[in-house]
Amino acid sequence: MCLAIPARVVAFAADDQAVVDLGGVRKQVSLALVDGVELGDYVIVHVGYALSRLDPEEAEATLALLREAGALLEPASGEAPA
Amino acid sequence: MKYVDEFRDGTLARGLAAAIRAEADPARRYAFMEFCGGHTHAISRYGVTDLLPPNVRMIHGPGCPVCVLPIGRIDLAIRLAFERGVTVLTYGDCLRVPASDGLSMLKAKARGADIRMVYSAADALALAQREPGREVVFFAIGFETTTPPTALVLQQARALGLANFSVLCNHVLTPSAIQTILESPEVRQFGTVPLDGFIGPAHVSTIIGSRPYEFFAEEYRKPVVIAGFEPLDVMQAIRMLIRQVNEGRAEVENEFTRAVNRDGNLKAQALVSEVFELRRSFEWRGLGQVPYSALRIRAPFAAWDAEVKFGLDYRSVPDHKACECGAILRGVKRPSDCRLFATVCTPENPMGSCMVSSEGACAAHYNYGRFRDHAPDNGRSTPPATIRLAS
Repeated sequence: MCLAIPARVVAFAADDQAVVDLGGVRKQVSLALVDGVELGDYVIVHVGYALSRLDPEEAEATLALLREAGALLEPASGEAPA
Repeated sequence: MKYVDEFRDGTLARGLAAAIRAEADPARRYAFMEFCGGHTHAISRYGVTDLLPPNVRMIHGPGCPVCVLPIGRIDLAIRLAFERGVTVLTYGDCLRVPASDGLSMLKAKARGADIRMVYSAADALALAQREPGREVVFFAIGFETTTPPTALVLQQARALGLANFSVLCNHVLTPSAIQTILESPEVRQFGTVPLDGFIGPAHVSTIIGSRPYEFFAEEYRKPVVIAGFEPLDVMQAIRMLIRQVNEGRAEVENEFTRAVNRDGNLKAQALVSEVFELRRSFEWRGLGQVPYSALRIRAPFAAWDAEVKFGLDYRSVPDHKACECGAILRGVKRPSDCRLFATVCTPENPMGSCMVSSEGACAAHYNYGRFRDHAPDNGRSTPPATIRLAS
């Protein structure tokens, strides 16, 4: 029910509307709930409305943390330590 | 898809699984509740359970608005359609929720009620605008994620003076449900679900921020980690929770910083508080009456409030006697503890609400975890030999 998908804003339209690209599928959504969205930004879309902008730097920082978690244990090649 | 696929990477999952096993203290047990159905779905679908050491248990909470919707609220919609001849519009996952008399909105539709599925609250408003002769009721459901769009259409309906449109509001709030779980006498009585922490909602938190959960960390000494809905997000959150427990901390941490900050979406919050106010009490399936846990439409919007407009009278209806949804939503029982599970109750023919939505604990377990119930060791006593997450 609360599922939402990150989508890239590819065009603006009238009445706070925008066209977003979801992995090749284009759809019109409302930007009425989020201020300051720019072309090319990723927004989280739920039931036809953008809920928030997605921060690319924070996304990369999280991925770096995830990579680091595994890298620390690399010699064990993912096996459970004794 | 960008910002989706990276957070499903199998290699990274293996590394994270190893990190979790390294950090979990074999001498103790960890029990964490994921509140959101989105997390339940990710945990089941991607086999996250198999990647966890046996002393880390995930408990599925009540965080699916479809699952916690009581029978009586769906009866209201069905009665509106049959007795008042209105057109009821709602999101797709509400249609199959069991109601009284063996009905659901979908079965009522098959018997002639004008009940339709919409993708968006805006679509409901658009139908009312297009067909002024038709009485349109939008059956609104959802947590804080789905509430702002409903607030927007109520504002628009008032601005347009749209007389043939109203909203039957079933919006509920997550923090009060979490509080009920922590304080519930039933859980204390059973005493079988000691919770060491919570995985906090993902998209709910894009709206309300992480701040509302600070109360739980402080008052109940329970760590909360807000996490995204992808499998790696969930695994990282589990790792962060284990670390907090090991270090004796109880704080709110945010794994989902790419979309959530401490304050949330202030524009959406202002809109919601202009249109809605707290209900004194609201019935949740499985949790019973929960004080101040839901929203109703404020008086200036009464002309668009279906409960006022049609003088609706709510009647509580008990769940099917054999259905264990109530205990499952509280984390007291698992889906396989219910004797209806996977026999008479299946996703094709759900008896209880946990089997309806793909985010429900029973539907998730039915689709992705059932085999584990029949494994010789019940799948939980030894670490997994293989990792099921796709690379």
